[in-house]
Amino acid sequence: MQAALPAKAAARPHLPFGEWGLRAAAITYLIVMIAIPVIVINIEGLRGGLELFITDITRPAALSALWLSVWTAAVMAVVNTIMGTLTAYVLVNYRFPGKRLLDSIIDLPFAIPTLVTGVMLVLLYGPQTLVGGFLDQQLGIRVLFAPPGIILALLFLGYPFVIRAVQPVLEGLDLNQQEAAFTLGASNWLTFRRVVLPAIFPAMITGGLLGFARALGEFGSIVIVSGNIPMRSQTAAVYIFGQVEGGNMGAASSVSVILLLVSLVVTLGVDYVYRRKSYA
Amino acid sequence: MRDKPVRTFWPWLLIGAVLLYAGLLLIAPIAAVIGGAFEDGIEPVLQAIAAPDALVALRLTFVLAISASVINAVLGIIVAWVLVRHRFPGKWFFNALVDLPFVVSPVIVGYVMIVLFGRTGWLQNFPIQLAFSLPGMLVVTVFVSLPFVIREVMPVLASLTQEQEEAAYTLGASFRTTFFRIVFPAIRHGIIYGVVLTLARALGEFGAVAVIGGGVQGVTETATIYIYRSLHDRNDVGAYSMAITLGLVSVGILVVMNWLRRDSHEKGTQHVHPTE
Repeated sequence: MQAALPAKAAARPHLPFGEWGLRAAAITYLIVMIAIPVIVINIEGLRGGLELFITDITRPAALSALWLSVWTAAVMAVVNTIMGTLTAYVLVNYRFPGKRLLDSIIDLPFAIPTLVTGVMLVLLYGPQTLVGGFLDQQLGIRVLFAPPGIILALLFLGYPFVIRAVQPVLEGLDLNQQEAAFTLGASNWLTFRRVVLPAIFPAMITGGLLGFARALGEFGSIVIVSGNIPMRSQTAAVYIFGQVEGGNMGAASSVSVILLLVSLVVTLGVDYVYRRKSYA
Repeated sequence: MRDKPVRTFWPWLLIGAVLLYAGLLLIAPIAAVIGGAFEDGIEPVLQAIAAPDALVALRLTFVLAISASVINAVLGIIVAWVLVRHRFPGKWFFNALVDLPFVVSPVIVGYVMIVLFGRTGWLQNFPIQLAFSLPGMLVVTVFVSLPFVIREVMPVLASLTQEQEEAAYTLGASFRTTFFRIVFPAIRHGIIYGVVLTLARALGEFGAVAVIGGGVQGVTETATIYIYRSLHDRNDVGAYSMAITLGLVSVGILVVMNWLRRDSHEKGTQHVHPTE
């Protein structure tokens, strides 16, 4: 959406004194609140030398926690990119019962505390509940305290990302192109693939990647549904929490550095590719 | 062609798939928590919420969230103003920084505070006690909810035509008068939407405040930490009741969000969703 904004934000030629103050305040705020913490964690993580850093992150529990975070977030991102695009498409193009309700509750994951999401999932899929008991005993699927529970929590959390990225693009699409394709005898699917998909693809990828980056660091819901079992259901954020609680700062710092690095690369990459031009 | 009634089979299949997915993902868990909390009627829930610990935790959550929203509203407007109206080298970098709190794990944020201000931290002689105290919890709450006002106000500010402002300057109005009389009313809507998102994010924060605050019962225990501890202590009723309470607050926030979105849709201004 920001790409559509006029790029020229004309600054008045002579900045009054007060504006310098504002600029100083804004830059100081961003540096103190965001840049410094990011730098601090990197220094802290590498303080003991590269060798210690590598020892810390190659511990089996640390590696398995990082890997679990990455693959569960990736599964979520793929599923939600597909379902999110579909949801946005349906919301923009069709009229159906429950449409307004659907459009209203899509933002729920943003309003609800993620820890509460975790509690809700425990009540839905816990071993003593109707659904959870059925899955466990009849189908042998363990949802809670296992990766499926983590993926469910992340799916909930990440649902709005792709939808709200794709929706405005779909709304702004030129219908003439789609009609032209129909007129020329293209099927629904062919029109979607050749006309609609190329237009919304950047938004899909941006939304998917941001959801992925957000899911990597998720803690509140996962700490409730995962049961925190090392090597099995312990994600990187939960691992860091455990190490900090246990006073094992070295291990906490090294895993933080890696986790932060992945989120930074993804976010800054998205920002660089899709946003830089709009405000620079 | 937009918003068309559906007559063929395939669209119905798509709609069905979407409704099923959204229903399973979003509505089923809500039904489960309502069913779970009110299993023995409404009485135990009300009792659990009225427990002194629970009330203290709720109050702390609101105090932190409201303070963080005020701080981020004021500084967010300033940052948005500078990022939209000023030109300076490295601006894209500062613009990119704004999004980081959105993806940095809250646990890492809390941990950085411990590294800096903990008992053996880099700045252990810092005059204000930040570790295991309310000021520290406020700092991390401000961090996690920092992007929202900025990201809401920036596009509105960028789309403003500056003729009115220039007219005001020409007529001799000061910067302050111009800002409060002309700019502020125009961006007010974006600010409100941003503050609502900030509030929602701040109310629900858990990881960062748990790490830096230490979760001392009755002192640094927020509503989310209360839920976590109650689950640990097998006080299920307490946990579910607090979860329901926070859930109700978020539904209220969601209603306000939707109302603001519709309202602005009709006026032709657009909100940036927190995911964009």
